[in-house]
Amino acid sequence: MTNPTTGSPGTNRSYELSDLAALEAESIHIIREVGAEFERPVLLFSGGKDSIVMLHLARKAFWPARIPFPVLHVDTGHNFPEVIEYRDRTVAAIGIELVVGHVQDDIDAGRAVEDTGPRASRNRLQTVTLLRSIEEGRYDAVFGGARRDEEKARAKERIFSLRDEFGQWDPKAQRPELWSLYNTRHRRGEHLRVFPLSNWTELDIWRYIATEEIDIPSIYYAHRRPVVQRDGMLIAITPFISVDDDEHAYEEVVRFRTVGDATCTGAVESIAATVWDVIEEVSATRITERGATRADDRISEAGMEDRKKEGYF
Amino acid sequence: MSELLRFATAGSVDDGKSTLIGRLLYDSKSIFEDQLESVERVSRERGEDYTNLALLTDGLRAEREQGITIDVAYRYFATPKRKFIIADTPGHVQYTRNMVTGASTADVALILVDARHGLLEQSRRHAFLSSLLGIRHLVVCVNKMDLVEWSQPRFEEISREFRDFATRLDVHDLTFVPMSALLGDNVVNASEHMPWYTGRPLLALLEDVHIASDRNLVDPRFPVQYVIRPMQHDHHDYRGFAGTVAGGVFRVGDEVQVLPSGVTTTISGIDTYDGPVEEAFPPMAVTIRLADQVDVSRGDLLCRPHNAPVVAQELDATVCWMSERSPLVPGGRYVLKHTTRTTRAMVVDLQYRLDINTLHRDEQAEQLTLNEIGRIRLRTQQPLFFDEYRRNRTTGSFILIDEVTSTTVAAGMLREAQAKPTITPASSPNVVWQTGTVGRERRWEALGTAGMTVWLTGLSASGKTAVAGELERLLLDESRNAFLLDAELLRFGINADLGFSNADRSENTRRIGEVAKLFAEAGTVAIVPVISPYAVDRARVRRLHEEAGLAFVEVFVDTPLEECERRDPKGLYRRARAGEIAGFTGVDDPYEPPTSPELVLRPTNGTPMQQARLILDRLPRPE
Repeated sequence: MTNPTTGSPGTNRSYELSDLAALEAESIHIIREVGAEFERPVLLFSGGKDSIVMLHLARKAFWPARIPFPVLHVDTGHNFPEVIEYRDRTVAAIGIELVVGHVQDDIDAGRAVEDTGPRASRNRLQTVTLLRSIEEGRYDAVFGGARRDEEKARAKERIFSLRDEFGQWDPKAQRPELWSLYNTRHRRGEHLRVFPLSNWTELDIWRYIATEEIDIPSIYYAHRRPVVQRDGMLIAITPFISVDDDEHAYEEVVRFRTVGDATCTGAVESIAATVWDVIEEVSATRITERGATRADDRISEAGMEDRKKEGYF
Repeated sequence: MSELLRFATAGSVDDGKSTLIGRLLYDSKSIFEDQLESVERVSRERGEDYTNLALLTDGLRAEREQGITIDVAYRYFATPKRKFIIADTPGHVQYTRNMVTGASTADVALILVDARHGLLEQSRRHAFLSSLLGIRHLVVCVNKMDLVEWSQPRFEEISREFRDFATRLDVHDLTFVPMSALLGDNVVNASEHMPWYTGRPLLALLEDVHIASDRNLVDPRFPVQYVIRPMQHDHHDYRGFAGTVAGGVFRVGDEVQVLPSGVTTTISGIDTYDGPVEEAFPPMAVTIRLADQVDVSRGDLLCRPHNAPVVAQELDATVCWMSERSPLVPGGRYVLKHTTRTTRAMVVDLQYRLDINTLHRDEQAEQLTLNEIGRIRLRTQQPLFFDEYRRNRTTGSFILIDEVTSTTVAAGMLREAQAKPTITPASSPNVVWQTGTVGRERRWEALGTAGMTVWLTGLSASGKTAVAGELERLLLDESRNAFLLDAELLRFGINADLGFSNADRSENTRRIGEVAKLFAEAGTVAIVPVISPYAVDRARVRRLHEEAGLAFVEVFVDTPLEECERRDPKGLYRRARAGEIAGFTGVDDPYEPPTSPELVLRPTNGTPMQQARLILDRLPRPE
């Protein structure tokens, strides 16, 4: 953070950190701990916003030295060109090694069988490629950008989460994780998934991207593109999907909240063209009563719903 | 500026814990539409009158049925003032280890009490565990007030009972809130049903509770986590020590001491990716550069030369045992992780097991099983540099790891090394030290010298050491055997395990006195410049010498406090006045001047050399 303290150095007597500065410090501590205690770490980097923030934190953790491990991209082959361009540009700028695990290779080798049909997705197949890449790279620590606010199971996972030799997580046998004392021990063949962003929320990520002025792929911001309504989501029309006869393709101003396989990543209608617009949009659904006066027709559908619900209580 | 606050809740659905969390999330608008819809639907289906907010933790319930909900769940919400992290833990005694885990990082603990049932064993246990884990702020939520007709006398009765119990705990800040989580009274919004309650609703309390000073900003501690050596052309000679500040404030230009080597050097820079900073404080993650090429690696610790942590291999600790596989027994060997240090440790002794409901100590206990808490003594392969857990949660905590299964089996909180019992000479006053068959007279005669101790006492920066140095030179000029015993240097060695508590200062003085006596016995003039603030400790050293028939010359370097503060060569007074050093002699710890010293030196007596001559004139001459 450019200014982690409340005042200028020397005059600040309160010695307080902002919430983002505290989260940043915690993440850097975690990343350094991995750098110190593991032989072959790797950082999962997809070009998605969480992995971008994680990579940014890794640069901070080891600066002025370079990041002492490579990044790994599990590539389904169904990519948004803007994201691949961003990925390659970023690793070149940082001077870090990029390892790509291609899902296609596992399909070709028969290790993974692709679904067929118009709704086919390679989402599930990524696991095969990820585990193969970890095994081939003999990685003992794998940084992931998952956050605990994403879903209930993640809310319980440890920051340092053991995977057995088959790459599996046993939620019943998790190690107690106290203070900032991380148990990094593992047997040969096992590895740990490490989640430095565990305590960040989606909104924290966006606020951090804004204050740090981090460059992210353009598809996170509002743009016009052809889409099709599918299962209540807006799916971008790309060479990887086929549009059914009963589906209606049209152009819409959208942005992506997450970035993954192009066939199953939904876009949302949005006119948020800057990072600050996105922050306003993301915070709208969880806006407090005190801030409620800011809420207007501009907020997302969920925010509208929320307000209607208030009538019940 | 928005700040981060972590709080822990413990309890079961019966206590209304899930309802309370649901209420906090709901009323602070931290719940998403889809979550709320499903809760409302299920509530309707069950024919409940209210939207059952406990269902928001539905994932927990489903998992409980599968037997894995014993775990801590972390939840997040934010208001414009603060970002909150909730460590949501189950409340039953069989989940104590999960409560301990959730409490280990919490700033505040919420204790739920059912207004109908009052203070139960469970509430006491939660309060005890919170205090054991060093949580300074307890908020007692007296819930279900709607079921006791919003009764003020009932609320006060429970508060009184809890307050009585809490006097046995180490709690700094205790608040009571009468509420109904179900109906929303006093959770986020003030209650209309309890006009007699003049305090604020829970969320407002959580938004404003002052936690910044809970960190230890007094004792500088920097466990070195990672050595940064770029090996790149652009930063060829760069060598920085990365880590997270665990205590105190480090500034560029500060003199620091490296443990375990004891070497002192100066901070030449504090770096971050965003540029250099002038100072670093907890929990900042920074990289410190040092002025000298000193040997520093992961697991070492930077502190201030006059404020070192305890260095010890014998440790007293309170542990919570977390393994279902095997119990803790004396003789057990584990891997111990403390700050950035990992070493092997052996349980030497189980002193007692604590009944966490009654706080009764069972000294007959032979083992600790899952969820049990006890007091143990450990011996480590390498020394640890630690502070008492109550003083510093980072440098005072450790985990034990089973070497075979690699699982974490214990959480430990270090206690200050037990004050050593005062050692009084067992011998009769007339016994003269004998080494082998050579007596003192024979020794001194052969050496042509006479041993004695010159004890210079006075405030920090009073000039003791300068005078002592000149005296040493004068004596050596006369070919007399003299040796300056630097109390600061002794803190690296014989006194390395001592801190600055009253007990440790007394012990520090006692040991220096003993060492001085040995030097005197050996025929040397031991010159000891040491603050030695307490009269009783100096009297004991004098008695030690007199009983051994050795001369003891007490010199009071009586430089007024104002003058010492003006000199302040190490900036210690400035920092003590700023509240950064606690218990500093003359500032917030007493100095007891000697009532009948052999000599009093004042600034008017001239330079250190002139003052040293005055001492020399007072010393008994060798025969």
